Amino acid sequence: MAKVKSLADLKKMKEQLQSDISLREKSEHPEGMVQVKVAMATCGIASGAKDVMEFFTGNLQKRNVDAIVTQTGCMGYCYAEPTVEVKLPGQDPVVYGFVDVKKADEIIEKYIKQGELVDGIIPVNYETIDKK
Amino acid sequence: MHLLVCGGTGCHASASNQLLENLKQEVADKDLAGEIQVISTGCFGFCEKGPIVKIIPDNTFYTEVKPDDATEIVQEHVIKGRQVKRLLYTDPVKKTVISESKDMGFYKKQLRIALRNCGFINPEDIDEYIAADGYIALGNVLTEMSPEEATKVMIDSGLRGRGGGGFPTGVKWDIARKVESGQKYVVCNADEGDPGAFMDRSILEGDPHSVIEAMAINGYCIGADKGLVYIRAEYPLAIERLKIALDQAREYGLLGEDIFGTGFNFDIEIRYGAGAFVCGEETALIHSMEGHRGEPTFKPPFPAQSGYLGKPTNVNNVETFANIPVIYNKGAKWFASIGTEKSKGTKVFALAGKINNVGLIEVPMGTTLREVIFEIGGGIKDGKKFKAVQTGGPSGGCLTEKHLDTPIDFDNLLESGSMMGSGGMIVMDEDDCMVSVARFYLDFTVEESCGKCTPCRVGNKRLYELLEVISKGNGTHAELDKLRNLSEVIKDTSLCGLGQTSPNPVLSTMDNFWDEYLTHIEDKRCPAGQCKDLIRYEVIEENCVGCTACARNCPVNCISGERKEIHYIDQSLCIKCGACFDKCKFNAISVS
Ligand SMILES: Cc1cc2nc3c(=O)[nH]c(=O)nc-3n(C[C@H](O)[C@H](O)[C@H](O)COP(=O)(O)O)c2cc1C
Ligand code: SF4
Ligand code: SF4
Repeated sequence: MAKVKSLADLKKMKEQLQSDISLREKSEHPEGMVQVKVAMATCGIASGAKDVMEFFTGNLQKRNVDAIVTQTGCMGYCYAEPTVEVKLPGQDPVVYGFVDVKKADEIIEKYIKQGELVDGIIPVNYETIDKK
Repeated sequence: MHLLVCGGTGCHASASNQLLENLKQEVADKDLAGEIQVISTGCFGFCEKGPIVKIIPDNTFYTEVKPDDATEIVQEHVIKGRQVKRLLYTDPVKKTVISESKDMGFYKKQLRIALRNCGFINPEDIDEYIAADGYIALGNVLTEMSPEEATKVMIDSGLRGRGGGGFPTGVKWDIARKVESGQKYVVCNADEGDPGAFMDRSILEGDPHSVIEAMAINGYCIGADKGLVYIRAEYPLAIERLKIALDQAREYGLLGEDIFGTGFNFDIEIRYGAGAFVCGEETALIHSMEGHRGEPTFKPPFPAQSGYLGKPTNVNNVETFANIPVIYNKGAKWFASIGTEKSKGTKVFALAGKINNVGLIEVPMGTTLREVIFEIGGGIKDGKKFKAVQTGGPSGGCLTEKHLDTPIDFDNLLESGSMMGSGGMIVMDEDDCMVSVARFYLDFTVEESCGKCTPCRVGNKRLYELLEVISKGNGTHAELDKLRNLSEVIKDTSLCGLGQTSPNPVLSTMDNFWDEYLTHIEDKRCPAGQCKDLIRYEVIEENCVGCTACARNCPVNCISGERKEIHYIDQSLCIKCGACFDKCKFNAISVS
């Protein structure tokens, strides 16, 4: 791994990483990639987020969906754990709550494959700081 | 097109499922099922104006929608593309009609600064943190600012410690900076002992690099090359993620020697705590890290003068640190523009108790309790009545209805008889007994007192016993007087913050719920029905149909009665478990 030797290094790296991420979003294929983030903090894991994460990693590939599954921290909706954020290419991310393996299956088949929203969306109710 | 219907508990209570059915039916009738989907969602948190329907993609936001409105929404909005004006939300202040949720003040109540990356980035991948501006603040500070200038940014930002005390962070750094010493330390307090609080854990699990980056900045400002994170061993996942993050930062050269080629060295070690509440107190924490007993010692000397191994040490809380990189990236002025006059920025709260949306929230200082509980928190569970909210954990107090519109900040909470603490917020409804609540917190303090000072070690135990006497129905006015006097003595004569604040739950419940204490001692009654010795379960004869459900569920078999005949509870055997009350479908069991 390259060491960060100066601030200029870090800035270059950041730009590279940011364009990597947007590349990942746009991707070479026109239909783009699906991003799935599973909230894997203590609260999520306690409610079964691990199984859900495994289900997504295992099944998306099997069902030929071009997707990346990553873990993330607590989204704050502890009452609705496990929570999963799904971002279809070119669309706003959608967060689903109370996701078990059955719900995960529905999310793959209906939302990810056909773009139909399914029950259980958690509305976003906060603002983030703009990064610039 | 999608029609999103709120299926949260609040909206459910106002017939949102009928609305959902009607909308689906309407869509099906018009042969639109192929293009239009009707979806139920989790709580929008706007239960006051529920049920809510949101239409995507145009983001129209309808409030207080009745099942009968389904036809009009489909006819007008879906088919003809015209908004149903009467269902749009009217801004209560400006009186203007707002059609899109993003323009509603309500959706701007939360602002995420400390939690900015939690739930967004992968905490085990430093690249994601760097892509989100990570370590830029450290780079800028090291290459462009002197330690004095960098400390000044903290002072100007007005950031105050989030660990409970609320001491201005920049001022604390400046004190440590000015002490002359060859060796200094930076300590991150991740002990988080307050029952009900879990924001520090979530930050370390969701965004560990922000804490690492801030500790390095802190090291540069005060002249320390070593950092320590004191974390309770009960947080295995947070520890794991922190370790991964430390390794990755070292690999990238963002920790270690000659960081950013500036000659600045800094590294961080982890120290484990055994989960004692008192070890969150900074002097006890330092002793514990040194391998001594976790007992507080008198201040001064403050850690900034003589801390870890007798060297100048700056201690800050996890959430305090998590705010810091953004302050450098966006400027002290930006940060100081958020919040109230004396409390800048935001605060993370862990909402728990009888509230619909249990979870972690982050709001600007100055947000009111009402906004937090009824708007973001979605109100009280099962449509019950709000009674009190406990803030500040075992050191804090209960706030009531009359405090709901007080803007939350350090000073206002203190003035109202509670405190900010670390941000636990436990909501209570009409079924919670305030004597029991005070007893619960004292039970905790008695358990957690380190035992060094007599007033705290013995006094809190006595307070607990007095409360026990009252909840058993044996209390008199003499007990109430003793409670108050003893509380004052413990506050005045204890060494550390634990003892100095431990009577607060007693005092604040006595101040705010005096009548409830009186009912316990004068009428020997517990209005909330919580104090077991003061309640009776009885069969209401008119309602009893003799279904035998109660008798079958009574664990001590003290209910007698034949099928289809009135049942009877033997009071001398009843253990007041409440099973009969829960099981009876005919409301034939009363609690008094
Ligand atoms: C009994 C007691 C328990 C405390 N527990 C914690 C704790 O768990 N976490 C914490 O950050 N501060 C705790 N504090 C406050 C610390 O002593 C100290 O003020 C704080 O870590 C300083 O950081 P800050 O200025 O960033 O808030 C506790 C204080 C007392 C008296
Ligand atoms: S006040 Fe209580 S916890 Fe604090 S030092 Fe004294 S005995 Fe220990
Ligand atoms: S409260 Fe419990 S013990 Fe008493 S009668 Fe009912 S079920 Fe039996």
